[in-house]
Amino acid sequence: MSERGEEVLRLEGLRKSYNVGQPTETEVLHGIDLQVGRHDFAALIGPSGSGKSTLLNLLGLLDAPTAGDLFLLGESTRGMDDATRTARRASDIGFVFQFHHLMPGFTSLENIVMPLMVAHGRPSAGTIERGRSLLAAVGLADFADRKPGELSGGQQQRVAIARALITRPALVLADEPTGNLDTKTAADVFELFRRFNREFGCAVLVVTHDPRLSGVCDCTIELVDGRIVRDEKLL
Amino acid sequence: MWIESTIAMRFLREGRAQTTLILVGIAVGVSVIVFITALIQGLQSNIVERTLGTQSHIKVEAPDEVNRLVALPADTTQLVLETRRAQRLRSINNWQQVMTTLDAFPGVKAVSPVVSGPAFARRGNAVESVALVGMDPARYQRIIPIGEDIVAGSLRVGAGDAVIGRLLADDLGIRVGDKFRLVAGDGREAQMNIAGIFELGVRELDQRYVYLDLKQAQSLLDLPGGVTVIDLTVHDLFGADAVAARIAQLTGLKTESWMQSNAQLLNALSSQSLSTVMISFFVALSVAFGIASVLSISVVQRTREIGILRAMGTRRDQLLKVFLVQGAVLGFAGSAVGAFAGYGLVWVFNTFGPKLFYIPVAPVLVPMTMAVATLTGTLSAAVPARRAARLDPVVAIRHV
Repeated sequence: MSERGEEVLRLEGLRKSYNVGQPTETEVLHGIDLQVGRHDFAALIGPSGSGKSTLLNLLGLLDAPTAGDLFLLGESTRGMDDATRTARRASDIGFVFQFHHLMPGFTSLENIVMPLMVAHGRPSAGTIERGRSLLAAVGLADFADRKPGELSGGQQQRVAIARALITRPALVLADEPTGNLDTKTAADVFELFRRFNREFGCAVLVVTHDPRLSGVCDCTIELVDGRIVRDEKLL
Repeated sequence: MWIESTIAMRFLREGRAQTTLILVGIAVGVSVIVFITALIQGLQSNIVERTLGTQSHIKVEAPDEVNRLVALPADTTQLVLETRRAQRLRSINNWQQVMTTLDAFPGVKAVSPVVSGPAFARRGNAVESVALVGMDPARYQRIIPIGEDIVAGSLRVGAGDAVIGRLLADDLGIRVGDKFRLVAGDGREAQMNIAGIFELGVRELDQRYVYLDLKQAQSLLDLPGGVTVIDLTVHDLFGADAVAARIAQLTGLKTESWMQSNAQLLNALSSQSLSTVMISFFVALSVAFGIASVLSISVVQRTREIGILRAMGTRRDQLLKVFLVQGAVLGFAGSAVGAFAGYGLVWVFNTFGPKLFYIPVAPVLVPMTMAVATLTGTLSAAVPARRAARLDPVVAIRHV
């Protein structure tokens, strides 16, 4: 993948097995080597069951690999305890999921600044301002006080993207962020990712099934049966 | 703690129906606890008050007379056949000095010397056995406020005046201003004038007590200048035993506290208190289970939100707090409503109830119940909170 710019993520021989030590032990990822740079906008594709989600969980420090190492901003994450991984997630990684996962009891603006509130408590005026400008950036300036239930699917997903960016993470991971949206909305959402990738300089890794969307990305990583079979730059 | 409380409050507000139901459950439980505790406390203090309305907290008497054995030369075996001595009526030695000491004794509220002994009251052919009580009204009133129970005449003793119970007056067929004779044996007799009639509501006393002044009683009972009993009241009702023991130790006199003379009653009261505690405990337990089950359901319902919160960097201890706060808030709010309702029940009982006795609500009862309920809420949230904190974010996010 990209050699441009600073390295955000590096995977060395990453393996993941489930039911370790039991007769049903299954290895899902068989030694993944991968590098993601600061300005990369990459699509992770592959058939169902190829290990995309597992890989994404590892990249997002939600799960720990069975073997191999993952370097986040040059730092090894091997043996990191849960508290440290949680702290790194808070500061360096933004998540966008297929189902937006917004908190229904909070307004759009509150949802966006939630990661900062979780980390620092009561939001400062600056934080609120940043939330508002992100809301404006995703085209929802007038929806600050709406709750997720009052927004359309596409709007919810845009709020979720803004939330992922509020901490200015080095890496944004998106798991089928458009899986639930119509083609037009999906294209808009992708456009947003593209824009933020350029404007904020954060690496974006998107899991997608949609070949048209993966075509928009700078590079495509294809995973089949737990192995990377393609890692190429398109542009 | 701000964000934990904020999320907790939003969770509660979102699950409004669930929150309302459990709040009502907690409120009902707490109101039962408040009402029953107040009821039993009121009942008990009423019983104690009635019991002690007609008796002193501590009685100090002369020690029993015992046989003395002459000391024997060494190497002698002695076989003793002892006939216990009859206890004659006698005075407390140096009672003035003892009284002065007791007046200043820590914990003692009032002291009243009394001469009491048996006699007969006679009018015409009617003869009634009575108990003479010679006392100083000013001091005696601080032990038993007999003045409040005078139904005819006034509390006036001395100079041939006596105050008797209503039943005795009925038996002798006399009214205030009438005369009767007191016969104390050995030719000691006195003609008395009825100055007042009292009704304490205790049959035994209303039928037998004859109040005189100290001097008259002393001469009738042949105890010139003596007193047989010193009655005391103490500040701490349930500390009477300890004060009595200290007095006995200090003076060598025989003491008996109301707690000893009413051991059965105290036993009944403490059994009653125990049953109140048991009821409160089991009500609190069922409330705690209610809170725990509602929050457990909430954890399941919010699994995805918990997952995303974990993904965005929420620490386990923060999630733990989110659910503990919910338990505490439920306990606090539910108990506030419940305490208010309990108060209402007490008011209804006092206003429209059978009016057998008045229930006061101890000022400490409400804040204490609320504190216990808040603590119970927090503790019962512990299990669901731990489950929320331990959720694997990977699993939680994919939860449908």
